[in-house]
Amino acid sequence: MRRTLAKASFYTAVNLLAFALLGTAILAFTYNQTHERIEQSVEAEKLKLISQIVPQALFDNDVIADTLKITPDPLLGTEDATTAYRARLKGKPSVLVMEAVAPDGYSGKVALLIAIRDNGELAGVRVVSDRETPGLGDYIEIAKSKWILQFNGTSLAKYNGENWQVKKDGGQFDYMAGATISPRAVVKAVHKALQYFAQHQDALFAGTSLGVTP
Amino acid sequence: MTYQEFKDILYNGVWKQNTGVVQLLGMCPILAVSTSVVNGVSLGLATSVVMALSGAAIAPIRGIVPNEARIPVFILIIAVLVTLIQYLMNAYMYSLYVVLGIFIPLIVTNCIVLARIEAFAAKNPPLQSALDGLAMGLGLTAVLAILGGLREIFGHGTLLSGIDMALGESAKSLVITVVPNYHGFLLAILPPGAFLTLGCLIAGKNWLNLRAEKKLKDAASLEAAFPAAHA
Repeated sequence: MRRTLAKASFYTAVNLLAFALLGTAILAFTYNQTHERIEQSVEAEKLKLISQIVPQALFDNDVIADTLKITPDPLLGTEDATTAYRARLKGKPSVLVMEAVAPDGYSGKVALLIAIRDNGELAGVRVVSDRETPGLGDYIEIAKSKWILQFNGTSLAKYNGENWQVKKDGGQFDYMAGATISPRAVVKAVHKALQYFAQHQDALFAGTSLGVTP
Repeated sequence: MTYQEFKDILYNGVWKQNTGVVQLLGMCPILAVSTSVVNGVSLGLATSVVMALSGAAIAPIRGIVPNEARIPVFILIIAVLVTLIQYLMNAYMYSLYVVLGIFIPLIVTNCIVLARIEAFAAKNPPLQSALDGLAMGLGLTAVLAILGGLREIFGHGTLLSGIDMALGESAKSLVITVVPNYHGFLLAILPPGAFLTLGCLIAGKNWLNLRAEKKLKDAASLEAAFPAAHA
């Protein structure tokens, strides 16, 4: 009796092991076959987003390859090192694309991609990921409304501190009634990112990392 | 597989045992994703593919998996299949992956997949099991399409919005604006709207069933009253 029980358990264990090995092998093989293509599509998607906010006429370099690592910074709202992309025209810095996080969106963090021209003007802002309520707070996404486009062309020089708020709070930025919290968070995050850029502009276009020990 | 068997499995999956409105399994993705037709149908089709493949993959090995280990092995196989599909979609259908990406891992946790494996694929040959998975998935897709359509009309006043994400820019003209200048009805988009709409769908299906039953009964009593009518 005991022997058959042991035998049955052993058979079960071997069976499980065999399927686990088979499953892992299949997945490892597929991963190997696809990961290059996956990386390519992710890069292509990134480039698409970047070319959306950086005017084609402003760069002639390989933006995706011209990167800079940035350490987490309170002004950027980031908690991990992020990658910034640098657009150059005839070797001269033209636009910096960097990530920033608005930590106080209505449903948590709103991740942003912010493009700033070398004269401090915003080339464009896009929401990369958020968890806003569909049909309510999600108008900050370009797919849902043009709200985010009002940042284009604004800068620290154009608006002073007071103006970097939604109109309801006395600033310059539109919002939709009933959903003010996330736009407020995005405006604040963009404002802070501009300050970060102003403080570090030269360092951002030189070297390959900022504050990160390589 | 006989024709009758084929018909039975299909009828069972799409109507009689419909996962969405009869078995009420896998409610979490159903309610979360059915905010628009495109979202609903996309998840439905992805689930159908996973269910058909897992039925086909598990039926042939049903004899060699010991009874005690069957649940972990089944889950392992489903998870492998789902991850496989995720890799392939990510590599070869990137734009669709962007839309469906977050839902694909959800399929593993959808109990309808394991439930059909347990109830059907573990006892039947591969071909039938694959068909059963497909039929169940298509039944789910139909429910998700109707649910998504209703919620989209009431919530946004449109139909098929976002289809350009699945079929490319050129499909943008397919979006139908049912109510122009609609200001939106948030309840329909939020989870309570999903429950309310699903409740209505279940009521509708039960009504259709009862009506069909009554017709049958009426026909039978008519037959009893006038036996000569058919003679």
